[in-house]
Amino acid sequence: MTEQNKTIYLDNAATTPTDPAVLQKMLPYFCQQYGNASSIYALGQRSRQAIEEARQQVAQVLGCEAREIFFTAGGSESDNWIIKGIAHQQALRQKKHLITTAIEHHAVLHTMAALEKEGFEVTILPVDKNGLVRPEQVAQAIRPDTALVTIIYANNEIGTIQPIEQIGKVCREAGVLFHTDAVQAVTNLPIDVKAQQIDALSLSAHKFGGPKGVGAAYIRKGIRFENLIDGGQQESGRRAGTENVPGIVGLGEAIALASASMEAKITHESQLRDYVITRILKNIPLCKLNGDAKKRLAGNVNLSFEGIEGEGMLLLLDAKGICASSGSACTSGSLDPSHVLLAIGLPHEVAHGSLRLSFGPQNTMADAEAVCDALEEIIPRLRMMSPVWEDLEKGRTKSVLASL
Amino acid sequence: MNYSAKVMDHFSNPRNVGEIPDANGVGQVGNPTCGDIMKMYLKIENNVIEDVKFKTFGCGAAIATSSIATEMIKGKTVDEALKLTNKAVVEALDGLPPVKIHCSVLAEQAVKSALADYYTRQGIDPEPFVGKLEEDCHHCEGGF
Repeated sequence: MTEQNKTIYLDNAATTPTDPAVLQKMLPYFCQQYGNASSIYALGQRSRQAIEEARQQVAQVLGCEAREIFFTAGGSESDNWIIKGIAHQQALRQKKHLITTAIEHHAVLHTMAALEKEGFEVTILPVDKNGLVRPEQVAQAIRPDTALVTIIYANNEIGTIQPIEQIGKVCREAGVLFHTDAVQAVTNLPIDVKAQQIDALSLSAHKFGGPKGVGAAYIRKGIRFENLIDGGQQESGRRAGTENVPGIVGLGEAIALASASMEAKITHESQLRDYVITRILKNIPLCKLNGDAKKRLAGNVNLSFEGIEGEGMLLLLDAKGICASSGSACTSGSLDPSHVLLAIGLPHEVAHGSLRLSFGPQNTMADAEAVCDALEEIIPRLRMMSPVWEDLEKGRTKSVLASL
Repeated sequence: MNYSAKVMDHFSNPRNVGEIPDANGVGQVGNPTCGDIMKMYLKIENNVIEDVKFKTFGCGAAIATSSIATEMIKGKTVDEALKLTNKAVVEALDGLPPVKIHCSVLAEQAVKSALADYYTRQGIDPEPFVGKLEEDCHHCEGGF
């Protein structure tokens, strides 16, 4: 506990610090360039221009046209809008079947649940023990009345990257629309919506050095979908309301900067990730890496430790200035641990003892070493006071992890 | 999690952690599925709790409630320990977040379960003294 004042931020999948260069680009749009983008005078038109430049920056990264990008308030809004907006249009043509996976973000799963209440039928595809969906599973689930397939590009908890291009191909061949929640993937993985045959995509600025409260929806031209907010002509009349100009400018700058440095970022983060995974699996008994070892986000570490519960780990890490997250029920406010960890076949007791670390470009090898040092102290300390660990040590119960 | 300083103190420096090899009252409540297990060891002599130790698998609040519960019953008579309520545990910790109240219920149950075991070992039916113990910790969701 010597470095009480230094924060080691290892929760970049939750949110990222705003890049100072992004903030600099945003600042003039508060007090100087404050014009309403719908106004005809130059002050307003400069805001219009800034929004359109940002739209171009997003389109360039995704490989689509600027008019296919709609700014929103974030990833959850994009997911809700795209899924409900497309589903409602497809329902007019008697297509009321939706396909998704068991490891989606709640913004997708709860949207699906809402549509189910409206009378849609939802197929939730299971994933394998590493969290992967096979394109053949999607092909088999598609029916004549399937309206939309929605599959997370890279999972926020376990970092597993799906075979998006192959899934896109399966959907396009079957004539079914395909949406992907790419909130964790954008600027962390190369994306080309045309080549990957993605019809709609969600992204969020604060996951890659942009501000919170702004995101974007890519919706391929020609696709019918409902407006989100009726009113003025903002966002082609699809999402009315005066634009969040500084936020949109920040999103554009952040996506451009983070994409430009993507390769270096992947190399750097995967070094830190692999160091932590290798060292912890070697030094701490009865722990397991969750998610695919190879098809994995560069910054993602997700480990389960048998015999302990996640919240204790987070509190003890926090006491050392280390920010992390867990899939335990105690940290979610519900009785059930993470649906993602349960979907990859982890028993409840092991899912409760999970830890997610997510590295960002600002993290250093010293951070990776510090979290390993901390875990090597914290895990034995919590296990020493755990009756579950006591039973394991004394051979009264068998290891759950060993039998997986 | 918005824990009081008292909760953080008992979580960070838990009192009476461990086992008592010659305990004459041992109780365990909760289950790993819902994420909380508390095990309590009592050494009772002449109707007085001479020693108490615990082990807990669970969140910060679960560890803190078991720790303070051991402090609250150590040196007390069996009758006094039976009067320990989850409300008293919460108050002693300067409060718990609403979603964590069930941890205090579990701490009360852990003490009662160990006392029930003590009665059973004495050849006495514990139910008139201890009451019925909750087997399923999902029952305690919702607090007091």
